[in-house]
Amino acid sequence: MSATTLEEARAAHLSRRHSLHRQRQWALWGSYIALAVFVVIFLVPPFYMLMTSLKTSAEISAQQGNPWYAHHPTLANFWYLITYPNFQQYYLNSVIVTVLTVVVSMSIAILAAFSLARMGFWGSQTLATGVFLTYLVPASLLFLPLFQIVGWLHLINSYWCLVLLYPTLAVPFCTWIMIGYFSSIPKELDEAALIDGAGYLQMLFRIFIPVAMPGIIAATIFAFTVAWGQFLYPLAYLYTSGQMVLTVGIVSDLIRGDVFEWGKIMAANVLASLPPILIYAFLMDYYVAGLTAGATKG
Amino acid sequence: MASVSVRKVVKVYDGGVQAVKGIDLEIEDREFVVLVGPSGCGKSTTLRMIAGLEEISDGEISIGGDIVNDVPPRDRDIAMVFQNYALYPHMSVFDNMAFGLKLRKFSKDEIKRRVDEAARILDIAPLLDRKPRALSGGQRQRVAMGRAIVRNPKVFLFDEPLSNLDAKLRVQMRTEIKKVHQTVKTTTVYVTHDQVEAMTLADRVVVMNGGIIEQVGSPQELYHNPATRFVAGFIGSPAMNFLPVRVQDGPGGGLAVRVTDQIVLPVPSEKTDRYGKYKGREMVMGLRPEHLFEYHENGKPGWARVELPVDVVEPMGMETMVHFFVNREPVCARVDPATRAEPNEMLPLTADLNQMHLMEPDTGRVV
Repeated sequence: MSATTLEEARAAHLSRRHSLHRQRQWALWGSYIALAVFVVIFLVPPFYMLMTSLKTSAEISAQQGNPWYAHHPTLANFWYLITYPNFQQYYLNSVIVTVLTVVVSMSIAILAAFSLARMGFWGSQTLATGVFLTYLVPASLLFLPLFQIVGWLHLINSYWCLVLLYPTLAVPFCTWIMIGYFSSIPKELDEAALIDGAGYLQMLFRIFIPVAMPGIIAATIFAFTVAWGQFLYPLAYLYTSGQMVLTVGIVSDLIRGDVFEWGKIMAANVLASLPPILIYAFLMDYYVAGLTAGATKG
Repeated sequence: MASVSVRKVVKVYDGGVQAVKGIDLEIEDREFVVLVGPSGCGKSTTLRMIAGLEEISDGEISIGGDIVNDVPPRDRDIAMVFQNYALYPHMSVFDNMAFGLKLRKFSKDEIKRRVDEAARILDIAPLLDRKPRALSGGQRQRVAMGRAIVRNPKVFLFDEPLSNLDAKLRVQMRTEIKKVHQTVKTTTVYVTHDQVEAMTLADRVVVMNGGIIEQVGSPQELYHNPATRFVAGFIGSPAMNFLPVRVQDGPGGGLAVRVTDQIVLPVPSEKTDRYGKYKGREMVMGLRPEHLFEYHENGKPGWARVELPVDVVEPMGMETMVHFFVNREPVCARVDPATRAEPNEMLPLTADLNQMHLMEPDTGRVV
């Protein structure tokens, strides 16, 4: 009697384990399929870009052969671009505009977020919501009125106008991220610092910025992305090659009339995507490490 | 080192909530005072006003004789230990403790000397290089105390520092805090909702309730002579039993309190004068569980025999708690573990009426 019940129990246990195992298998298959679709959609274009950049113009325009593979890979397109003064100028302009945008945006965003999240002055809540609302206005709606302002400032066709304009796009969202991050820091931490003798600026620089580093990095990545990838504003405001940044420089310089120099365009795109790829790859690790460090109490 | 005095202090929050309703408190130099009370009683607000983290709506607070109403926290020369430790997570233990000294521009040697000294007192010297996240709860609490000690402030403020620790560690840290106070002898204001912590640590306990001070006194004083029903019920664990009674003439002369028709307890003769004027009135009798115990044949004067129907028995090892219902009011007795008590049976008990308290039912004042 007891033996049979034991057997039954074991069988029931096994079948339960089997069904759990099967469910897990299905879940795994499901996620792999979903991920595969995702990978195809997101990685095929960059792959094609890389392959095309390694081809000669003749190979690109050839009708036969597998278009997904470079049969005679060459770095000629890259070499051309690296030694091409205009391209060097675009790259330098992009770097200057992006670095300045990130520095300006983050300085404003950190100070604004600290005061909005921590100093609790009259109207700070409303102001915080207002900051977020400005982010909801599409950039494409703003560029006409901003054109007026840039015109008054005599900054049309100068990349300095981008250094002025990009923060208006980046600051609201960065501030919003930083408000969230600063608010998650326990109130006791600033009280302890106050009692220890810190002023507001010391509290910000010695406690809040180091503790909120993961949030600051997230906001920095955002500001970087805005400044590096923005296309509409430079297209509207810049028209000589000395002032252009990469996004518009590539399009205006490597498409001449109806001649598309695909090999060079793609090589330029590969070179232009390197900084974001490197920054994401490097900072993401740091970002995740920071997140897990903050997750434990204390 | 300094005294702290709180005079007619009121705190009204923005929403109009009055958290502290005009309290007076004098804390002497080197004294260890514990503010205790249920949540929302205003004890933490009071502490935070002393620290300067909350503005004072009305009244006056002085530290070491100087009025500090408008002095920012950093200039009050106080140190505070928070419930969640509030250690700076990106700094090592050493830097956490040194932070306040660095901001005050102490020399490197002096900082090192003070931190080492505090680390020695708190037994955390091997942890100085670690980050807070690599420490256990108890160690973090020590570091938080170390941060307070190195400053050598006029006053230590503790805001429920042990609430985040598990029960065993809490008892251990309680002893540590007492030891530290015996070593450094700094005036200390300590907030807790745990009356055991209050009793064991304090030179004087301040019991707060609803934004006012119910009673100030030594732990023994509060235990034996509570001023109000609230204090009587709050201090002591398990809590004091309260029963509605009528004061009347005793069956054999003298005075008695009638609980039910069956339970009429004679008032000890030394209390008859005090309670006589309440004859004929409905009152509340308070008797601690430890003053209601197993029946002894040879009783002492003031001991009365009562028999109650057992509801629940809780053996604790060194004692057994027995719960009853009298007039639908819960009553608890603390009996010798050898006593045989079974649910639904009558258990004979001794009530030590020398320890009884009588309170006015409406005001809660102990008479």
